[in-house]
Amino acid sequence: MDQIKSGKIFSELAKTVTESQVWTSSFRHGYADTPRNRVLQIASNVWLHLHPVKIQRHALRIKFTWCMGGITFLMFLVTVVTGVVLMFYYRPVGEYAYYDMKYLQYDVPFGMLMRNMHRWAAHSMVITVWLHMFRVFLTGSYKPPREFNWVIGVFLVTFTLLLSFTGYLLPWDQLSMWAVTVGTNMARATPFLGHEGPFAEFVGVSPRYDARSVLLGGSLVGPPALLRFYVLHCIFIPLVAGALMIVHFWRIRKDGGISGPL
Amino acid sequence: MAQAVKKKVEGPSADKVHVWPYLVRLEFMCAIICMIVLTVWSIVIDAPLEEAANPTKTPNPSKAPWYFLGLQDILVYFDPWFAGVVAPSLIIVGLMLIPYLDVNPKGNGYYTYAERKVAIWVYCFGFLVLWIALIIMGVFLRGPGWNLFMPWEYWDPHKVVALTNVDLPYAFGIRTYNAAMIFGGLVVGGYFVLGTMVYFFMERKALKNVGFLRMFLKIQLLLIMVGIVVKIVLRLGFNIKYVWVTPWFNI
Repeated sequence: MDQIKSGKIFSELAKTVTESQVWTSSFRHGYADTPRNRVLQIASNVWLHLHPVKIQRHALRIKFTWCMGGITFLMFLVTVVTGVVLMFYYRPVGEYAYYDMKYLQYDVPFGMLMRNMHRWAAHSMVITVWLHMFRVFLTGSYKPPREFNWVIGVFLVTFTLLLSFTGYLLPWDQLSMWAVTVGTNMARATPFLGHEGPFAEFVGVSPRYDARSVLLGGSLVGPPALLRFYVLHCIFIPLVAGALMIVHFWRIRKDGGISGPL
Repeated sequence: MAQAVKKKVEGPSADKVHVWPYLVRLEFMCAIICMIVLTVWSIVIDAPLEEAANPTKTPNPSKAPWYFLGLQDILVYFDPWFAGVVAPSLIIVGLMLIPYLDVNPKGNGYYTYAERKVAIWVYCFGFLVLWIALIIMGVFLRGPGWNLFMPWEYWDPHKVVALTNVDLPYAFGIRTYNAAMIFGGLVVGGYFVLGTMVYFFMERKALKNVGFLRMFLKIQLLLIMVGIVVKIVLRLGFNIKYVWVTPWFNI
């Protein structure tokens, strides 16, 4: 009883576990909580070395960061993982796409869950990236020396929306087809480059050959648009956004770490 | 770690902590909580899947994805070339220009309202009103025919809305096409010229420090933002369709 009250039982338990044969054969040495080891945990770990080894105390405060940048990145990773799973079952072909969705939802083990997680993570990412941007604005973190990283961030917001928008078409149901129709109809009003846009007559664009048809691979949202959006969604935009994320995270470090009162 | 910081932080190097374990454990906890929330959400609520895509069957209303509904809503007030192309481009460019236009050195890295009131007002107005509020309106209040329906109203696809809008020159009694075009051009041009002149006069002391180009771009972007609101008010309050009609574009 005394052992439980004093909390000694936990150290006894830890000792029993860490001195067992299974433990000692699995882990070759212990972890001593020394400043040197704390630094090495970050500096010698390929995943963690994105961090500096030390940060200002205020950067830990959730009231300061809202955690929104990190959550946005987490949501991106979730969509990458679930997206790869979905790609095993989905074919971006007019005849198959919708029925692959049905197959995914009703026949594939955990298919519905993968699809739900992909969609909700994508929507969350849109919201969290806006909130991250709002937080960065409110703390004035775009001010020197971080101007350029803000610009990268604006690109990333844009690519987040484009990622979500291109993915919106892929279920190939009424909701997706008409949402993308409404969205891409705007392209035909592009000044100079869209056939219904201002000054189009001076350029000579037509419904079959203008900004919108380049986007859709045709004059309406059809199978070529589905394939284009699929390639943009799964390959092109993730690669560009990923590259920009690398720059974004790297610049945080190079610009003196997370912003704080000077 | 959890204790509040009592003393004032003196400089960037003051009061640092190890990332391992203090930040890593926070990130880990945050990731676990987010994953639990997301998993529960994904088990409880299914992603929508409607009937198969059918290019011959247009739903009414046809809505863009929810995050673009703010832009779709200003289509009511502006032609597609502005609402769908120029406005989003200006939003992106304007956002990118923020650090180069806002030269106020205060409020760098901490929350403050008092030290940068205008910047915070402009951003909050753009983000919370012109973006978020319009999205909420587009998602919940826009029904068939893109008509406005209150939440308790039935989405009647045959709702009759009288189209009584006229162009601004017409409201001023101008009946010929060319005169209307000149009048509209003067109104729009005058809005920008006058707005710019008033701003430069009021901020004439800042010109030396801030620079002409910065101030010019700043006021143009601001005038466009305010102009969108002016146009919405003109339409809703005074049934004005276009301010400026030309053979090439209408504003």
